[in-house]
Amino acid sequence: MFDWLIEPGLFANHSVDNALAVGAVVAVVSAVVGIFTVLRGQSFAGHALTDVATAGGAGAFLAGVAPLAGFIGGGVVGAAAMDVIGVQRVKGRDIATGVVLGAAMGLAALFLYLSATHSSATGTTQLILFGSIFTVQSSTLPEVFVLSVAVLVVVAIIGRPLLLSSVSTELAFAKGVRLRAVGFVFMVVLAVSVGLSAIVIGSILSTALLIGPPASALKVVGRFGVGVAVAMALGVGATVLGVVLAYDSFYWFPSHRGLPVSFFVVVVVVVEFGVASVLQRWRHARTPTKPRVANAGDPIGWH
Amino acid sequence: MSDERKNAGGGELLRVEDVDVAIEGREILSDVNFRIDQGEFTGLIGANGSGKTTLFRVILGLQTVARGRVTIRGEALQRLNRSIGYVPQKVLFDPDMPIRSRDLVALGIDGNRLGFKRRTRADHQAVEEMLHAVDAQDFADRKVGGLSGGEQQRVLIAHALVSRPELLLLDEPLSNLDPGSVQEIIGLLHQVARQQRVAIFLSAHEMNPLLSVMDRVVYIANARVASGTTDEVVRPDVLSALYGHHVDVLRVHGRVMVVVGEESGQSFTAANHPELVVE
Amino acid sequence: MFSNYMANAWISGTIVAALAGAVGFFVVLRGASFPAHAIPNGAFAGAAGATLVGVNPLFGLVSFAVLAALGIGATSRRTRNDVATALSLVLMLALGAAFLTLSSVYEPAINALLFGEILGVSASEILPVFALGVLCLAALVLLFRPLVFTSVAPELAEARGLNATLIETIFLVVLALSTALTVPVVGALLTFSLMIGPPAAARLLSSRPGRAIALSVALALVTVWLSIAGSYTFNLPIGFFVGSIGAVLFLGARLWGARFARPQQRVVA
Repeated sequence: MFDWLIEPGLFANHSVDNALAVGAVVAVVSAVVGIFTVLRGQSFAGHALTDVATAGGAGAFLAGVAPLAGFIGGGVVGAAAMDVIGVQRVKGRDIATGVVLGAAMGLAALFLYLSATHSSATGTTQLILFGSIFTVQSSTLPEVFVLSVAVLVVVAIIGRPLLLSSVSTELAFAKGVRLRAVGFVFMVVLAVSVGLSAIVIGSILSTALLIGPPASALKVVGRFGVGVAVAMALGVGATVLGVVLAYDSFYWFPSHRGLPVSFFVVVVVVVEFGVASVLQRWRHARTPTKPRVANAGDPIGWH
Repeated sequence: MSDERKNAGGGELLRVEDVDVAIEGREILSDVNFRIDQGEFTGLIGANGSGKTTLFRVILGLQTVARGRVTIRGEALQRLNRSIGYVPQKVLFDPDMPIRSRDLVALGIDGNRLGFKRRTRADHQAVEEMLHAVDAQDFADRKVGGLSGGEQQRVLIAHALVSRPELLLLDEPLSNLDPGSVQEIIGLLHQVARQQRVAIFLSAHEMNPLLSVMDRVVYIANARVASGTTDEVVRPDVLSALYGHHVDVLRVHGRVMVVVGEESGQSFTAANHPELVVE
Repeated sequence: MFSNYMANAWISGTIVAALAGAVGFFVVLRGASFPAHAIPNGAFAGAAGATLVGVNPLFGLVSFAVLAALGIGATSRRTRNDVATALSLVLMLALGAAFLTLSSVYEPAINALLFGEILGVSASEILPVFALGVLCLAALVLLFRPLVFTSVAPELAEARGLNATLIETIFLVVLALSTALTVPVVGALLTFSLMIGPPAAARLLSSRPGRAIALSVALALVTVWLSIAGSYTFNLPIGFFVGSIGAVLFLGARLWGARFARPQQRVVA
């Protein structure tokens, strides 16, 4: 009863401490990957890949294969498809994302329907979408940790070319950065990262922690390194606060039902963003800076 | 056209030989020949749409040629030779981008490097020196997205130079600046070029501000090119042959004015040829 | 499948497809795929909330869709578009999850809302659906030129006196209403696919606005008709067919275009 009401992914087989630890790891990875995602304007792809990963998970569930493989595999296939269609070019990248997402959602519809008719799992659909249906078995935890570390290592390796190409594709090209390759590796990293967070904390939180804390951090910091640190802090903070509030909410309602962790974490993330926006506007009011348009012109035609 | 050797810089750095470029059937460049020696300050002068950008793309390895070749120090051009730095015309930085001027220049050293290698003391030193060389210390710690056009330009120049290229390409660096800034940037480039021993190749549609610093001019018109010193190139006979019809060259108070007739007539339209701007 | 009792399915499907095809053309033109995906999800949250409160879900669908649209529009002015959309989306989804937790909605109803239900629109609802659909289409027809102008050259349009913000807001509201109408038939998760796949394919095949819209509507109609037929015949969710056919149409249009493309200037290796 308890696990049905609150994110089964976080609570089912663990004590709250374990849940917090895993959530924090995922929050940290999301912050690092997320700050690049926001700077590169790929928030839609980041969100879409969560849903694609979930569709992969549904497929894995149906096929009786390890769910983690489905989440990660589905996400990577989706990222590759987006890359082929053209997600790296600024123009038309939302179409590439949208088409792949549409196909994935269609498949998810199929998989979930087949699961529902072939198995006796109830509440499958909404659990898959709003919380992780795949109660993270303690045996999967090591894999989650390893993959998280792998993601961070890869980001560190491509870090400078990735940063330069996010700052300006022209300058990056002029320095010899292989834009397409770096962009593709990033898409794969993004897919793995959101796949991990989707399976551990659910698809809503996956997007929320990927986009929210980095976006908030960017509004208040002036240096990239500091931005990453602040994003991590905001992400972990939101996760911890959300879990605590969810636990407490159990006692708020007369019916003792409590609200899901995802709800509280999202609210904290949105509040963080609101506060950051106010801080940014306050700072701008004191030190006026010239407004700039944020869309790279491309006269020499790097693409 | 004439291609005189210059004893200023020393060895040959860039050579463009017999280059033809056609895009979608249209001839953009035809029989282009010129060279740039080490340390030379060269201006690529031509009207908008004359093919300056295409020529840069060829040198950067972004554009295939139908004929001819480009060599760096005698060797065939690889895509993005390490010896060539590039400053784009205008980079639009995201206002949220948390990169300071200092960070952008540092990325000029290792922006393309994979791996974990931390920046050394020598790297930080090089960044400081370059910021000093372009006089950007006042805004070294400000976000690049908040800089003015002139300030941004200095940072971009520092970013390109910090990796010590031998040739620096600048795409219309003067076009968006007010006249005061134009002189500043030219002076800066001239000085830095001497200090760092870098050859400068910049494109512009107005050559007058550059007359005092250019060692060589590459004049592009009608898909063809004439190169040499200003005196050698900016002459009625040379330019008439280039344009394909009669051209007059006037010198007014030390400035040059190229007057291009339309076909056989004597009339000219300033709109077609911005190099006719009289100051 | 052409029996009397399926009549509603065909009628509502046709209305919805025509609307989605037309609105979708502008979604693709304006690069608004993310909002087109986010708004129906918001609508879903509204339906869940409405059920919780005991109100007709359609009311929840429409109100939350419009709320989501306005929220995205308002936040976009303060921050990047895609961040605004992402945060609005997760907020809506979180609310939806909360509503679902607090109420006890019958699962097939949730599935129907998410993935579509060919009998999703009952006979009594056909008329209001038709009326709202016509209203939205009328708005698009009236605003056709300003919409195209502001999508293609926003600064020029502003210079000509067009209020881009107002037009953007109107467009988002029309989008919201269209998605609210489409969700009961195609499902919250696949509505956006109908507004992206067929129109994107149409745009690849024709660059003239008039022709592209007509083609977009035609392709959307084909998609929905095939989906209804497929759903009826194979007893699979309609959303599956919409998503798959949309993707196939898009890829088909890409391949078709590639056959006639001029060889690009290749870059030096």
